[in-house]
Amino acid sequence: MSNDVADRVKKIVVEHLGVEEAKVVESASFIDDLGADSLDTVELVMAFEEEFGCEIPDDAAEKIVTVQNAVDFISENV
Amino acid sequence: MRRVVITGLGMVSPLGCGVDHIWSRIINGESGLGKITQFEASDLACQIAGEIPVGETADGYFNADDHVAAKDRRKLDPFIVYGITAAQQAIEDASWKPEDEESLFRTGVMIGSGIGGLQTIANGAVMIEEKGPRKLSPFFIPSSLINLISGHVSIRYGYKGPNHSVVTACSTGAHAIGDAARLIQMDDADVMVAGGAEAAVCRLGIAGFCASRALSTGYNETPEKGSRPWDKGRDGFVMGEGAGVVVLEELEHAKARGATIYGEVVGYGLSGDAHHITAPPPDGNGGFRAMSAALKRAGINAGDVNYINAHGTSTPLGDEIEFGAVKRLFGNNEDVCMSSTKSAIGHLLGAAGAVEAIFSVKAIKEGVVPPTLNLEDPSDECQGIDLVPLEAQERKIDVALSNSFGFGGTNASLVLKAFR
Repeated sequence: MSNDVADRVKKIVVEHLGVEEAKVVESASFIDDLGADSLDTVELVMAFEEEFGCEIPDDAAEKIVTVQNAVDFISENV
Repeated sequence: MRRVVITGLGMVSPLGCGVDHIWSRIINGESGLGKITQFEASDLACQIAGEIPVGETADGYFNADDHVAAKDRRKLDPFIVYGITAAQQAIEDASWKPEDEESLFRTGVMIGSGIGGLQTIANGAVMIEEKGPRKLSPFFIPSSLINLISGHVSIRYGYKGPNHSVVTACSTGAHAIGDAARLIQMDDADVMVAGGAEAAVCRLGIAGFCASRALSTGYNETPEKGSRPWDKGRDGFVMGEGAGVVVLEELEHAKARGATIYGEVVGYGLSGDAHHITAPPPDGNGGFRAMSAALKRAGINAGDVNYINAHGTSTPLGDEIEFGAVKRLFGNNEDVCMSSTKSAIGHLLGAAGAVEAIFSVKAIKEGVVPPTLNLEDPSDECQGIDLVPLEAQERKIDVALSNSFGFGGTNASLVLKAFR
């Protein structure tokens, strides 16, 4: 399950941020490592919501700053 | 007064991408107008427009990937992409890529639009009705705002001088060049990247101008015939899209770095009609006063103007009124000629004035005047001035005047002169 979630999360990150797949490792920070700005991260969270059919509240979204954070939240809440 | 010259040109239009390619096609009498293909138009009264031809950059077509990365285009309405593209061309043409801080502080941007991100706004409005406000992109606002072309160009090139934007409907491009030239004259900057961009060829845009009865509706099966300024058969304008951007530069600054000088911005005149939201006053006094003011500023007599690039949109009312104002001002100038390049590319709204200033400066540089296509049978009221019907003419052009008039009764005229 979590492997599948991780793959889908990474795919979205690659598409939205236009970064190389190899750079999208679990520990990667969207802003510090992958060149996102704050608006990009808002859009990323929206894309996760769309992909996984869930709603991520703003206070939870603020804590999703790395690929692993996203995988963990989705695995625990979806 | 500090003098201002043009040292870079950039353009995206229905005739292609890149000034030289577009210029050769417009001189060749080609049309960029056709049936609308980007969206369902069969229920619209006007079903024709000038869309941007997509293809390889090397062939003179528009390839967005060569100008803005795909991941960034999702965040930008097409009008911003066109504006960035034309700016990129103009900046490369001018070879102005300073790195020292003082030069960056002295370089500004003033690129406007008449309408802005109309497609994005339309899509966003539908989105929040259908899926709710949480689904709206965080880039919705910055992808729609008119001044964001100037913003993006400044961010890309590091230009930290005046960052401004014009919104005066169909006069936008001319006002942007005129106002940016003034900033250089007033010593607020040494270099300004100026112009206009538009991408309103969408269902909402076409439907909106249809509703105000401004568009051609009688040429849906012969789109290349739809834009016919001063012709008896004209029945409204045909909308085009794209962008025109120039690099303006203080003369000594341009000379010192050995820049190619296309021409000089010697005159700029502005006026308001104070008459009606969409119609010009019957005597055309607003346009007359804008042209007169531009000539006065330039210190040039009406008799010394060789070419006028008209506003000439192909509307029944506007063409005759502009013609009348030109006749009053230039009636004794037997050598002047006037053409409307909207006959080939349609009306680019906020980009029109900038695109047409570029055509004017090319006419000066190349000694060729672009034609007024489809002018087969001029209106009885439009006689006595050579309107360059159907075919381009070789002429020595020393001084050109370009007119732009916009909804709300806002008028701008630019006077451009050969630099010798």
